[in-house]
Amino acid sequence: MPETIARPPVLDSTEDHTMILNMGPQHPSTHGVLRLMLEIDGETIVRILPDIGYLHTGIEKTCEAKFYQQVVPMTDRIDYLCPMTNNLAYCLAVEKLLGMEIPPRAQWIRVMLNELTRINSHLVWLGTHAMDIGAMSVFLYCFREREDVLRLFEAVSGQRMMTSYFRIGGLALEPPLGFFDRVKKFIDRFPGNIDEYEGLLTGNPIFVNRIKGVGHISAEDCLALGGTGPTLRASGVDVDLRRDNPYSGYENFKFKVPVSNDGDVWARYVVRVQELRESQKIVVQALEGLPEGRVKADAPKVVLPDREKMKTEMEALIYHFKIVTEGFTVPEGEVYSPVESPRGEMGYYIVSDGTAKPYRVHMRSPSFANLQTLAKMCEGRLIADVVAAIGSIDIVLGDVDR
Amino acid sequence: MPWPPAITDIEVLKHKPELVALLAWKSAAIDGAKFDRNELTVYVERTCLRDACLALKNNSQLNYNALMDVTCVDWYPNNPRFEVVYHLFSTSTKKRLRLKVRLTDDDPQVDSLVPIWPGANFFEREVFDLFGIRFNGHPDLKRIMLPEGWNGHPLRKDYPVEGYR
Repeated sequence: MPETIARPPVLDSTEDHTMILNMGPQHPSTHGVLRLMLEIDGETIVRILPDIGYLHTGIEKTCEAKFYQQVVPMTDRIDYLCPMTNNLAYCLAVEKLLGMEIPPRAQWIRVMLNELTRINSHLVWLGTHAMDIGAMSVFLYCFREREDVLRLFEAVSGQRMMTSYFRIGGLALEPPLGFFDRVKKFIDRFPGNIDEYEGLLTGNPIFVNRIKGVGHISAEDCLALGGTGPTLRASGVDVDLRRDNPYSGYENFKFKVPVSNDGDVWARYVVRVQELRESQKIVVQALEGLPEGRVKADAPKVVLPDREKMKTEMEALIYHFKIVTEGFTVPEGEVYSPVESPRGEMGYYIVSDGTAKPYRVHMRSPSFANLQTLAKMCEGRLIADVVAAIGSIDIVLGDVDR
Repeated sequence: MPWPPAITDIEVLKHKPELVALLAWKSAAIDGAKFDRNELTVYVERTCLRDACLALKNNSQLNYNALMDVTCVDWYPNNPRFEVVYHLFSTSTKKRLRLKVRLTDDDPQVDSLVPIWPGANFFEREVFDLFGIRFNGHPDLKRIMLPEGWNGHPLRKDYPVEGYR
């Protein structure tokens, strides 16, 4: 084997009068370990080349060595700002492979928690994006409300971030007593909080001038480069998988899909803030119409039995032992199950060879594809606009590198 | 409710608009089809992949204008060993289609889709990095996740768990 030294890639300048500026991987406004190589002519960006992989952990390979139910805790480590969305995308994919029906109550709680996750993720985005641009105080406001959401997650799953609350076939367990009252208390005052953020930002001339007309990308370019989610909708393409390919009972909810035709950082800001309001409405609807019933599907070979039953029924004990030690087999086949994550299309492609372990798990992560739109947004613009543009596509490096 | 068995007979699937369009375009390019769990998969001859994608993209009714995902499955030790998997999406009809190309172990290369969708760039680099598939016509085919000097392609099934030593 030849001796090779792992060396980070280097960009060479194409012209005599340009220089290379290295940005990252330890740069506060790249939201993680993203390295950008900028070729600049004075203050103007000529070329921009992202260098990623600093957070690559080989999750896809690890999944191949786990039972299907053991993959669930891996999924929320990918995009750590929207763990529930990852859990949901994975569980939906395996449930589709199995051809499983999920009880309506579990579906509605999944929708509710997913929208809370979207609120959580958008709050982190809003806080850090505004801070990048210089509006420091918004960060504190956003993290105040985010803390409330994280406490709700902690109440329901025992974890603030790596929730792993969804199971193949439903939920891990019924939410604790008083949980829905806490959600209601939070969600009822949340529109007032959004007004607060908007009061600090939307009418703030410094903030508006800093992002309006900056980082423009057309609908065609964004689509061709693989952009999805708010990044694509801010360029005028009306696609939202919750409405277009409904999953987990989203067809029962009424909500608008905010779209803007401007395609700049401002448009992405407007679209995401509108999404916060729509998510709030979905959570309210989920609370009002929450059906009664079980939160686990009736599939003893896949879903772990209730704890109480294990103490009295031999069958339940056997099934529990079997699932934990041998897993459960999934019929041969393959599925691609996309969901609308806060960042765009999060799709799980799972191939089963009929055993208890997935043959191949692939995550189509929205940040990975959205990152490709960055170069188009920034080339020909100023260095200072790069920071605004990175914030506006809302990447999570765990999601980019997997 | 369990799914009905997968339909792999191309004659039975001939009513699917995607297959109608592809067969009308060039029936020799179609290697097979599968309809399973409400998802349609079409196997495409590897030399025709780029043209097939163009035909699907330019078809005004189907309008598969977005490439959502490129990945690969390694069926080692079977031959042809690799299946490169493409997920297409139409923003107007909101429908999805899966294209697959089978590649052998001794010649794992296929045309790049970057000329049609520049967004294929990162996805193909990832497949190159982790599976060792070459994409002809790719503008910048180098490792993306792993360091430049890495030995081997970790998502291949014959890659040792602890890596090559």
